[in-house]
Order: sequence, then C-alpha cells, then structure tokens
Amino acid sequence: MNIQKLTIISTLEGFRTKQFTAVDLVQECLANIKKYNDDYHVLLTVVNEDALLTEAKEIDKTDYSLPLSGIPIVLKDLFTTDGLRTTAGSKVLDSYTPVYDATVVRKLKEAGAIIIGKANEDAWGHGSSGENTDYTPTKNPYDPSRVPGGSSSGSAVAVALGMCLVSTGTDTGSSVRLPAAFCNLVGLKPTYGRVSRYGIIAMASSFDTIGHLTKTVYDNALICEVTAGKDAFDATTADIPVPKYTAHLAKTLHGVKVGIPKEYFETKGMDPRISDLTRKAISALQTLGAQITDVSLPHTNVAMECYYVLVPSEVSSNLARFDGVRYGNGRDTFGAEAKRRIMIGTYALSSGYYDAYYNTASKVRTLVKKDFDDAFDRVDVIVAPSSPTLPFKIGEKSYDPLAMYLSDIFMCPVNIAGIPALNVPCGFIDGLPVGIQLIGPQWSEEKLFQTGNAYELHTNHRD
Amino acid sequence: MDIQHIAKLANLFINKNQQDLFTSQLTAILAFVSKLQEISTENVEPIAQVTGLVNVYREDMIDESRMLTQEEALRNAKATHNGFFVVPAVL
Repeated sequence: MNIQKLTIISTLEGFRTKQFTAVDLVQECLANIKKYNDDYHVLLTVVNEDALLTEAKEIDKTDYSLPLSGIPIVLKDLFTTDGLRTTAGSKVLDSYTPVYDATVVRKLKEAGAIIIGKANEDAWGHGSSGENTDYTPTKNPYDPSRVPGGSSSGSAVAVALGMCLVSTGTDTGSSVRLPAAFCNLVGLKPTYGRVSRYGIIAMASSFDTIGHLTKTVYDNALICEVTAGKDAFDATTADIPVPKYTAHLAKTLHGVKVGIPKEYFETKGMDPRISDLTRKAISALQTLGAQITDVSLPHTNVAMECYYVLVPSEVSSNLARFDGVRYGNGRDTFGAEAKRRIMIGTYALSSGYYDAYYNTASKVRTLVKKDFDDAFDRVDVIVAPSSPTLPFKIGEKSYDPLAMYLSDIFMCPVNIAGIPALNVPCGFIDGLPVGIQLIGPQWSEEKLFQTGNAYELHTNHRD
Repeated sequence: MDIQHIAKLANLFINKNQQDLFTSQLTAILAFVSKLQEISTENVEPIAQVTGLVNVYREDMIDESRMLTQEEALRNAKATHNGFFVVPAVL
C-alpha cells in the first residue's frame, strides 16, 4: 500500500476487499509524519499514537459501511476539536483545548473519519503563504524553498506528503484554493452558507467558508456530501437540500457554457506561462464539449480594495473577544499580521472614517457581486487562473504586506460574492504545480464537480 | 495617522520599535484601499451579507446539546475563584 497513490474511494475498496486495514493506513500516516514533519512544519498537534491505533482497530472490526470509514483526515487548526489543542496558528491560543466539536468535525467523526492531527496555518487565517503562522512556516513539498500557499498551508502539505488522505481548510479570500493550487490538489471553497461555520474560529464572518482539500474531484465531492447542509447552530446556513454530488459526477460537458473573464488575463504581474497553461485548459474543456465565451467582471480592479476594507473590519470585531480571561493568552501575544488587520479594521470602522471606508466598500461589494450575477446570466461556469504567479520563495513577500495581499487577486472576488469555486490542478511549470479555478453561481457545487471531474479524467495531471 | 490612538482603540500595545514600521505599512494599505473612493457608488445599496436569507429564527428553548457545564466553561481559564472567572481590575 502506498498512501500517495490512494484516494478515499480506492482506500475504502482496499479495506472492504481486505487488501489492507485502517491500522495499516494510520501507521503509514504516522510514518510520514515522523519522516517529514520536522523539516516541513506541517502539523502543530498530532493525536496520540495509541489512541489512533485503538480507533483504527475498532473500525477494522466493522464492515466499513460508513462514507468515510477509517479515512485519515487532518484538520486546519481553526477547527474546534473537543479535547484536542486548537491554536488557530496563533500563540494567543497556544495552550487552548476546546470543550466541544465544531459541527463539521462532529459530522466527519460520525462519517467514520479518523482525525490524525491539526495543521499549521497563517495565524487566524490571515495570509496567503503560511508564513504568518506564529509557529514555524510550512514548506512546499515540490520545492522546500517556496511557500505552499495559505492560509491552509499545513492542510495542503499534509495531503501532499501522505500524512492523511484529506484535509479541511477555511477560505475567506483564497485560503483553500491557493494552497491547493500550489500543492497540486483539488480544493473547494463552497458557497457561503453551504457548510456550517459553528465551531470554526472566525476570521471575517460574512466571508468565511469551510472547505477541504483532496487528491481528486471525486473525493472532494464525497467530503462535501458529508460536511454540507443546514445547521441549527449557524443561522447563515441555508435550508437547501445537499445533492448526492458523487452520483452525478460523470456528466458530459456538452452544452455547458464556460465564461472566460478577460480582466483576469489583463492583470499586471500575470505570469505569461500561467496564461498559456490556463488557455490550454480552456481548450481541453472545449474539446470536451463546453462552449467558451468571453465574460466581463468590470469591478475586478477594485475588488481587492473592497476586500481589504471589509475583511479587516470584520477581523477587528471577531478578534476583539480574545482577552485571555476565559481562555488563551493576552492581546500582547497577537502576531504582527493580526495586529495590522485589527488596526486597519478599527480605523475603517472608527468615527469619521466609517462612511469613507466601510460603507463605501459595502457598496462596492454590491457591484462586485452584480458583476458575477450578470456573468452567470450568460454562462454556467467561469474559468480563471488560480494564481497569477507560481509558488513564491519563502521570505519574498513577507516584508511587504501589500504585495502579499495581491497574491489573491483572482480569488478574493469570489468570497466578496459568496459564490463557490474549485481549484483543479492543470499542469506544471518548472516542476511547480499550477491550478485553474472553476467558479459558479450560488449553490452550484454540483456543476463545478462535474466540470472538474470531466477535466481531470481528460488530462490526468496527477500521473 | 496616529498609530498609538488606533492601537489604544483596539486594545493593542504597539512598542516604539514597531511604531514606525506599522505606521508606514498601514499608511500604504490605506492609500491602496482609498482607490474605492474613485468608484461611482451613487444609488448603490451597501450589502453586509450575501446569502439572501432574511430573519432566521429559532424556538426560544434551551438546547442542552450545546450547553457547557460550569467546569467545562472554566477549564481553559488561567484564574478562577469559586466557580467564576477572575478578571483584571477595571477601575
């Protein structure tokens, strides 16, 4: 058994046909953690080995009938876990052990998944590279001198290095999709309100979405079937039925209208090799039967400005509660990026500046959302590059917060509009992975999975 | 910009060494986002959420499945006294 070659679905098949056991798989994950964690700084907390093996043994006594029976999973350290340290990547919560599970954690456990550990990340989700962790930054497995993408940095690398088969992440501006793109994985940012935020440490409450990273589109769809749905503990989850995504994956792309946002290809700093690879992916979709048309998202050039007023505003509010009284350490333990975002938000919301910053940005949010609404009147899916550049060098942008913010230029608009997007690998440049982004209207995850699945089967970039 | 004033509003402490770096970084970020003011937003309604959900209610009943015991609620506190959190003196 080689975990690097396994998907969720082939693992369940392996269990059910007695080729290997859940204990074997957990031991393989632990071996990879021992082998890589000290060099790559992937996991902040690993569950006790005896407890993991006991849990796996129990599952090996069953007939593996649950959707995720014995599937090893790593959670981003923003996911609250009962009895398991949860740091948010911040020294503020260095010794915090929650007393309840997030809704998504409960659902994953009930589906039979085995939680292996908690992943490193940019503290509080603030970052695009993983370098804003208050611990040691995670390295990219394809080139350890480069970043793995953030903020769900450890989550991506944990899957890439075989410490688990699937990992969870959160996506407020890019944080699932960018690490997926930089580590050759499939990463979903679901529709806002599709997956419960209850028990996920909040970054920006009207932007936060709860996603996951997998090797294949099929696995990604399978996890979404488990995590999605209305939750009485999160009033922003919608009461809309969750389709059985895996049942209708193999749908032809004939007649599917794919839009190409011309503004994204005109962006300054866009690597021309990534443009070429993206156009190749678009040609592949056309070969598969999709109809390609140009669409316009005219407010793309102010989306980042809008994002960097609204998100820090919500951050300043959410992080106001951390006072070190009920849990965690005092406010002097916040790292530099958290302090920057709290102060930008505080400024944008302060008396005399509220109208110029927060209120104006909220109006621009309406315009950005309308751009997407108008585009989706004409097309089913928008295809865009995931990142304008290849994974960058560790340290390259860490002294220039603004340059770091612009890594997310193709992704933040999606969060402003609250719509879903899926990163799918589309090839390599100089040995480094590149991803494309499939973007759809609200609640269109099924269409994104179908499109991604058709593309993945056609191109097979993992092999 | 008066970084110390903003830090005080946010209950953060910024020391003298950090003050200049934060001031220049925040000034650059605010100059960047100020481009928003050039966009015509006349007759555009602001939005604060995107779900389209309105007035989500629940029954006003106690849900024991999400209640913590007093012991659980206090478990992560650094200082407790007789089952209460100890807080720094305010006055």
